[in-house]
Amino acid sequence: MQFGPRKSRFVSWLVVAAAGGVLVSLTVIPTPAQAPAYKAAKTKDGKPNLNGIWQANNEANWDIRPHGASQGPVLSLGAAYSTPAGLGVVEGGEIPYKPEAAGKQKQNFTDRLKLDPEIKCYMGGVPRSTYMPYPFQIIQGTGHIMIAYEYAGAVRDINMGAPTKAPADSWMGWSNGHWEGESLVVDVSSLNDSTWFDRAGNWHSDALHVIERYTAIGPDALQYEATIDDPKVFTRQWKMSMPLYRRLEKNAQLLEYKCVEFAEEVLYGHLRKQPVQGKGDSK
Amino acid sequence: MRQVLSSLIALAPAALLVSSPVFAQAPVTAKPAPATKAWTMPRTPDGKPDLQGVYSNATTVPVARPAYLGAKEFYTDEADKAASAAQAQAGRGGGRAAAPRAAAADPEGNGLAVHYDTSQFGLGGPTVKRAASLRTSIITGPEGRVPPVLPEVKKMVDEKRAYQQAHQWDSAQTRPLAERCITWGFEGPPMMPVGYNSTLEIVQGQGYVAIVQEMIHDTRVIPTDGRPHGPSEIKRWMGDSVGHWEGDTLVVETVNYNPQVVIQGAPVSDTAKVTERFTRVDPNTVRYQFTVDDPKTWTKPFSGEYDMVHIDGALYEYACHEGNYGMANNLSGARATEKK
Repeated sequence: MQFGPRKSRFVSWLVVAAAGGVLVSLTVIPTPAQAPAYKAAKTKDGKPNLNGIWQANNEANWDIRPHGASQGPVLSLGAAYSTPAGLGVVEGGEIPYKPEAAGKQKQNFTDRLKLDPEIKCYMGGVPRSTYMPYPFQIIQGTGHIMIAYEYAGAVRDINMGAPTKAPADSWMGWSNGHWEGESLVVDVSSLNDSTWFDRAGNWHSDALHVIERYTAIGPDALQYEATIDDPKVFTRQWKMSMPLYRRLEKNAQLLEYKCVEFAEEVLYGHLRKQPVQGKGDSK
Repeated sequence: MRQVLSSLIALAPAALLVSSPVFAQAPVTAKPAPATKAWTMPRTPDGKPDLQGVYSNATTVPVARPAYLGAKEFYTDEADKAASAAQAQAGRGGGRAAAPRAAAADPEGNGLAVHYDTSQFGLGGPTVKRAASLRTSIITGPEGRVPPVLPEVKKMVDEKRAYQQAHQWDSAQTRPLAERCITWGFEGPPMMPVGYNSTLEIVQGQGYVAIVQEMIHDTRVIPTDGRPHGPSEIKRWMGDSVGHWEGDTLVVETVNYNPQVVIQGAPVSDTAKVTERFTRVDPNTVRYQFTVDDPKTWTKPFSGEYDMVHIDGALYEYACHEGNYGMANNLSGARATEKK
């Protein structure tokens, strides 16, 4: 086998790599030690293209902290509706509650069948809506980016123009977005105090302020980061982070989970004229 | 005046000869401003007509044409409109006919569709932007009203209404859908103007058009990538919409409605199909046209049309279910009354 004259070190590395196989090639890639960050495909107007139907694939909705598997709150549902173990999504693993705030989380957990807003079909708020076990869709318009969530039909309209101020607090908050390089950064303010972070009763006040970052890490995955600030409840800012995955089914689409119907019995059943007979585990 | 005329005479041939844009514009400014100024369809980066924005579809045009107007589809002008309204008021001796309730068709026939005095909340009257219209009714055609339902459908509607009337306070499930915050009955498709908060937003992403309606924050994500409808086993409150572009018009077809869906007072069947057409007609207006066809419900298809007008500002969150204190209060009131 004949080699031509060496044009550059790069060519020689390539040749060596090709001849030597994977192990060698790993050691000789002529780029900086860190692999370059993934760059998303772009929309026609040159923005990272985040359009798509996305979903978390983790156990954060049960508890955003590291947790083992445990018995679910409805004994008759046995193994089907108990809690799967999860590594957690909180960076550092711990939520820096103020001492007086930590007790409320425990009480929320104890009373979760009565208190968890998810059971009542209330909108999930931010960031919880992102990692509930339902898909959501990003529709990337030119001046606005819409995020439609399957759960409860919740929706957010992210204003990409000059930031505006919310007229009032709301369940899904007030979103102003901008691009920072490859990332969509969303400032979410004016969230009310009625949503939780998970089924474990992790909570926040109406002082919650969330900064989200959505960054493509591959053609079919985003990294989602949410920086949480709530000086009434936490001693410092903290962050959660997780990948989100594209729903790759050819016919993937957002369906309806209009859950009001499913929550009416739990919310208003005690006010019925005639109690419902033989349904579920009602007493 | 003479000066204007002479300058027009001087300019017109010059414009023809030179065809410079400066000269060409001069005669136009001398004439009364034309209805449509030079306007080109704004487009999204992928070349589709840009329908994006927040719109009001509030209107004073009633769904059904008042009977005394016969087949008259348009008033000739605002004076004709005012005269007709005055005539109706004089003839009927009341304000009801003169001020038809703003398209609040009361889809479930229970009088609950408009249950607030909207002026009390600053939501009605002059506070709401409406597209100007000389239409006599939203429903188009010589009849200008929703055709009759089939006899068997009427029987079903009457029976259901009687049951609901007799059991109206039994449980949440026997209350109207709007009061349960499940569907307002106007989200459609076809989307109909609401008594208040008649506001919607359109956002276009790659291969999708999304429409959020403020009332009960209902979102329709409409694929425009050529895919077929989903499986007919999956019925939805807002149906199963797919769209495509015909020239500069977005055409959306919807099937697979949840059997509890009511359109203009009638429960739809599994054969219901609604076709909507969205066309941007000027910088601030999107013309909305629809046809409802369900051979198992109505004796014939019907169509309608109205304009929605761009408004400033954002869409706000309408957390209907989350704030539904009325449901528990009404039911507990009913239980308390029974104990008396």
